[in-house]
Amino acid sequence: MSESKIHFFSSEPVVALLGNPNCGKTALFNLLTGSRQKVANYSGVTVERKEGRLSLDSGKNIRILDLPGAYSLYPRSLDEKVTCNVLLGRAEGEKRPDLVICVLSAMNLRRNLRLVLAAKRLGLPCVVVLNMLDIAQRQGLLINTAALSDELGLPVLTSIGIEASGADGIKSFLSDLDWRNLSAMQTGTGDATLENVASHIAHSESDNIQVQKILQRLGLDKIIPDQLSDRLDSILLHPVMGPIILVALLFCIFQAVFSWATLPMELIKSAIEFLGAQIGGLLPDTWVRSLLIDGILAGLGGVIIFLPQILILFFFILLLEESGYLPRAAYLLDRVMGSVGLSGRSFIPLLSSFACAIPGIMATRSISNSRDRLVTILIAPMMTCSARLPVYALLISAFIPEQKLWAGIDLQGLVLFLLYLSGILGAMGVAWVLKRFTSEQFKMNALMMELPSYHLPRISNLAISLWQRAEIFMRRVGGIILIMTIALWVLSSFPFPPEGATGSPIQYSFAGMLGQALAHIFAPIGFNWQISIALVPGMAAREVVVSSLATVYALSSSSADAADALVPLISAGWTLATALSLLAWFVFAPQCLSTIAAVKRETGGWKIPIIMLSYLFGLAYLAAFITYQVACFFGLG
Amino acid sequence: MNLDQVDLGSLYRVSEINAPKGAPQIKGQLEDIGFLPGEQVSVLRRGLLGKGPYMVRVGASTFALRQSEARMISVESIPHV
Repeated sequence: MSESKIHFFSSEPVVALLGNPNCGKTALFNLLTGSRQKVANYSGVTVERKEGRLSLDSGKNIRILDLPGAYSLYPRSLDEKVTCNVLLGRAEGEKRPDLVICVLSAMNLRRNLRLVLAAKRLGLPCVVVLNMLDIAQRQGLLINTAALSDELGLPVLTSIGIEASGADGIKSFLSDLDWRNLSAMQTGTGDATLENVASHIAHSESDNIQVQKILQRLGLDKIIPDQLSDRLDSILLHPVMGPIILVALLFCIFQAVFSWATLPMELIKSAIEFLGAQIGGLLPDTWVRSLLIDGILAGLGGVIIFLPQILILFFFILLLEESGYLPRAAYLLDRVMGSVGLSGRSFIPLLSSFACAIPGIMATRSISNSRDRLVTILIAPMMTCSARLPVYALLISAFIPEQKLWAGIDLQGLVLFLLYLSGILGAMGVAWVLKRFTSEQFKMNALMMELPSYHLPRISNLAISLWQRAEIFMRRVGGIILIMTIALWVLSSFPFPPEGATGSPIQYSFAGMLGQALAHIFAPIGFNWQISIALVPGMAAREVVVSSLATVYALSSSSADAADALVPLISAGWTLATALSLLAWFVFAPQCLSTIAAVKRETGGWKIPIIMLSYLFGLAYLAAFITYQVACFFGLG
Repeated sequence: MNLDQVDLGSLYRVSEINAPKGAPQIKGQLEDIGFLPGEQVSVLRRGLLGKGPYMVRVGASTFALRQSEARMISVESIPHV
C-alpha cells in the first residue's frame, strides 16, 4: 500500500501556486484543474489543502497545489506557515514542489513582486504568471513582459483568470517544459531556509528598493486608481448608507433561503415518499423493512431535504466573497465588533459559521491576535449554522403561520431572521463579557485587512466552490448522520415491547427510557420525551435532531409510514410554548461533536472545548427556560 | 505627522513605522502588506465621526486599518510639482 503511494508521489510532478491573497490565484487554479480537485486538510493542521490534476497536451499528468495566500515568506499566520513549510519541503506528508508558479496581480505589481523576489531565494524552479492582465490593459497599464522577465531572470507568462481560455498560456508552457531537466531553471543557491527576523527585515528593505527600480525601468511606477471600485465604495461604504445596505442585503439573503428553496424541497420530499412506498411494497413487514424505511430513509430524507437551503446560503456567501464585498462588510462592522472587544477580521469566520461552524473556526486562523482568535472560536457556534436550519425550518413551518406582513415580507422569514439575530446578539454579549476579563496588554487587536477591487464573480468558480460544499455536506449525511440514524433506530426499536403492551413500541425501548429520564431535566423548559430522545443523537450533528424526531414519531405513531410528514404531527402534538422554547434552545444549543473536535484541534487541548460546551449548555437551558415560562405566562402553553 | 491626522484623499509618503513596545511584530506586519518607507499612501475614507476604521490606499492596494494602526505610520506630504 505504502509502496504504491511512494510510486504515485514520484511519478507526477507537483506544481505549487504561490501568490498574495486576492491575486486571483484560486480562479487560476480552477481554470487549470477544473472539476478535478480534491479539498482536504494539510496533515496535522486545519489549513485547507487544495490539490488538482492537470493533463497536459503532451499526455503528461501533473499535480497542482493551490497554496494558502501569503504576503511574505516570513510566516505570521498559520496559513503562511503552511505555505512556507510546503515550499521548503518541510510539511509532513508533502512532497517538495518541483516547480513554483508565482501568481501576480498585474494591478498590484509592487507588493506582488516582493513575493517573487522572496520566492526566488527558495532555490526552486520558478515561473511568474501575470494575472488580471485584462483589467490592467483596460486601465491603460501596459506591461512589457519580456522586459519584466529580463529584470527578474524568470520566465513570465500571462493569464486572465476570468476567461475560460485565460490559462492556456500556462498550459502550453507546462506542456513544453522539459520536466526531467527542471534544475536548469533553478534560481538562487538552493540552500533554502526559513527567513529569520533579521534577514526578513533586511530582505524586505532591499527587495522593496529592487522592486521600485524594476518598476521605474519598466515605466510602471505610477499608480492607477481603480475608479470603478472607488465609485462603488462611495455608496457601499458610505457611513450611513453602507450599514443600511449591508443589513438589507443580509435580510434579502435569508428571505431567499426560505422562498427559493420551496420548490426543490417539495421535489425531494416527493422523491423520498415515492421511494418509501416502492420499498414498502417490495419487502415483507419485518425489522429489515422498518430499518430501511423508518430508520434510514426517514432519517436521511429529513436531512437531505434541507440541502437546497444550505446551498442557497452558501451560494450567497460565496458570491459576496468572490465579488470583493465580504471584506467591506467586515470593514463596516469593525466599529460594532470593536465595541465588544473584537475586530472586523472576526466577521468573516463568523459569517462562514452561518454555513457551518467548522469552516468558521478554521477561518479564525487569519486572525493574528491570539486572544481575538480564541474569543471568535468560542462564539462561532452561536452563529446559526446550516445544520440548525433544518430544525428551525421544521419548527417554523409547523408553528408559524404562512402570512404576508407589510411590503411582501413573509412572517416565517421574519421569524428566521429574528432567530439568526438572537444568535448574533448572544455571541456579542458573550464577547462583551469576555472583554471585561481581558487584561489591557492583550487588547491590542489588529484589523489590517485588504479590501480587494470589486469584480464580477465568475459562475464556474462559484459552481466549483458550491459543489465542494455540497459534497462535504453529503459526505456528512452518508457518514456520521447515517451511523447516528441507524444507532437511533436500534436504540428506539430494542428491546421489543412486552406482550400485551398498550403504548407505542418506542416507549419500551432504550431510547424511550433515556428520553424519559432526560425529560425530567428538560420538563422545566417544556420538552416532552420525544424531544428529549431526539436531543441525544443531536449531539452528533444538529440536523440529526430532525431525522431523530422523524424516526421517533414514525415509530411511535400507529401507522409506521416513513412518508408521514413531521409537520402535522408536531404541530398537533406540541404547544407553541414548547416550540418556541426549542427554537430558543437551538439558538445556543451545545454544538455537534465535529465542531468540538475542530475546536480541540485548533486550540490544542480539551480546555477550550469543555469551557465552550458547558457555557453553551447553560445559555441554551437558560434561554429555553425563560422563553417557555414567558410563553406559558401569556397562555401559549 | 501620522496617518490618522492626514487630509482625506491627499497623497503622502510613508516615512517610518513606529510599532508600540508591547507589539513590535506589528511593524513587520504593516511592512509585509506594503507600508514601506517611500511608498505612496492616502486615506480614502474614515468611519462615522472621523474615527476608524480607515480605508487606506498604499501603493496600488487598499487596506482597512484601525485608528491605532494608522497612528503607527508616520508620513510626510508630497510636495506638489
